[in-house]
Amino acid sequence: METVYFLIESITKVIVVFACLMAAVAYLTLAERKILGRIQVRYGPNRVGPFGLFQPIADGIKAFFKEDLIPARADKPLFIIAPMISITAAISLFAVIPFGEYIELFGRRVSLVIADLDIGLLYVFAVASLGEYGVVLGGWSGYNKYGLMGALRAAAQMISYELALALSVMGVLMIAGTLNLVEIVQQQAGWHWNVFYHFQFFPFIFYIVCALAEINRTPFDMPEAEAELACGFNIEYSSMKFALFFMAEYAHMVAVCAIATTLFLGGWDGPFNLSPSWSWIWFVAKTGILVYFFIWQRGTFPRLRYDQIMRFGWKFLLPLALANIFATGLYMVLTG
Amino acid sequence: MVISVLTGIWWFIKGIGLLLTSVFALLKGLRLTLKMFFSRPITIQYPERKREVSPRWRGIHYFERNAKGDTRCVACGLCVAVCPSQCIRLVAVEQDNGERYPETYEINTVRCIYCGMCAEACPVDAIKLGRNYEFVDYQREALVLDKERLLANAPKET
Repeated sequence: METVYFLIESITKVIVVFACLMAAVAYLTLAERKILGRIQVRYGPNRVGPFGLFQPIADGIKAFFKEDLIPARADKPLFIIAPMISITAAISLFAVIPFGEYIELFGRRVSLVIADLDIGLLYVFAVASLGEYGVVLGGWSGYNKYGLMGALRAAAQMISYELALALSVMGVLMIAGTLNLVEIVQQQAGWHWNVFYHFQFFPFIFYIVCALAEINRTPFDMPEAEAELACGFNIEYSSMKFALFFMAEYAHMVAVCAIATTLFLGGWDGPFNLSPSWSWIWFVAKTGILVYFFIWQRGTFPRLRYDQIMRFGWKFLLPLALANIFATGLYMVLTG
Repeated sequence: MVISVLTGIWWFIKGIGLLLTSVFALLKGLRLTLKMFFSRPITIQYPERKREVSPRWRGIHYFERNAKGDTRCVACGLCVAVCPSQCIRLVAVEQDNGERYPETYEINTVRCIYCGMCAEACPVDAIKLGRNYEFVDYQREALVLDKERLLANAPKET
């Protein structure tokens, strides 16, 4: 009986999270266009429905009915599978992220996390690096020189920044002493957020920078540099396959923001002592602010040059992330 | 030894200074975009709101009417001669009273470059360029203006 309950509970959670995530991704595309528009002193899309609220639906219908082209010399299986890898990796990240404390439902206590893994953080990094394959294979299999260039850049950039990303959260890991994301959040309860309580502010900044590079957002959007690579890795994609890459990008953005919230900003912890079943509001709010920052900085910073990105990653972020591990260790020894 | 340590410290301080200035520059950019985010968009939402055109705007052509309500054009052909894109077609006829009259007068507005030379050349101020710029159609044929449409294009008397 307990197994049946567990199955029903898990499936319900998966469906709810998936639906919320897809809605968030759809409206994130609209939000990004609107916010970028406002930053550029213009309205964003505002023609489809009130305030342009039906724009994502219109975009979806358009993507769905476009012709699905596969280049004649493309590596067909890989070409088809690459966007799937991308979106699967992006969405799978949400399996271990705790959204809130718990909900009382039908006399049962349902914790608001799909899988309470003991190696949650390890899983996050494993799956996050899987997303790379989608980009690299997508660029390579299309038999296009720009796509290949994009894929090469993606491989180099993402692997470099993956290193700094993993090292920048090592401080949190040392303090928490666990890889379980739920426990990490529980340890931060009551304003003991890692970002300031344990002096993890700089690693938080490193994490944000590395995350930007990891999900190929603007100052680091080398793999799809529109100006020089004409869309880069997704150049040969059209129709739903292109839409999948697009959705993966936004889902990835939400995912890295959610992970940053979990690790550094105390997850569901917040003021006003909300009841546990409403604690997810804080999580959503914090993640939303981070996502807003991601869009905001896209409207601010220009794209870096490729060699500058690599130099910045290897010669600046990586040593600093290592130094942070040392500093955190020192802090732990001194404070006991 | 001492000198090299001092140099090292000097470079370290210099690096920190460089880092701080560059971070400050990034924050400055973020502040500007945030300010712009909260400012009012300057877009004029076109179909609902239209922009005032300048007084010397050269829009679509129209014919001035004479006392009888017909075109003032005397079919002298000066506009045809002056038109740099040669988009005016004129067939002149002589009336019974000896006055010349345009039997057909067509302006191909697809070819027209809206220079306004025709209006300037006209000795009787018959052809003028109006202020209407919303002039589109799905067929090119519909964009060739004949006499009736030129008369209809005239701005309403106020």
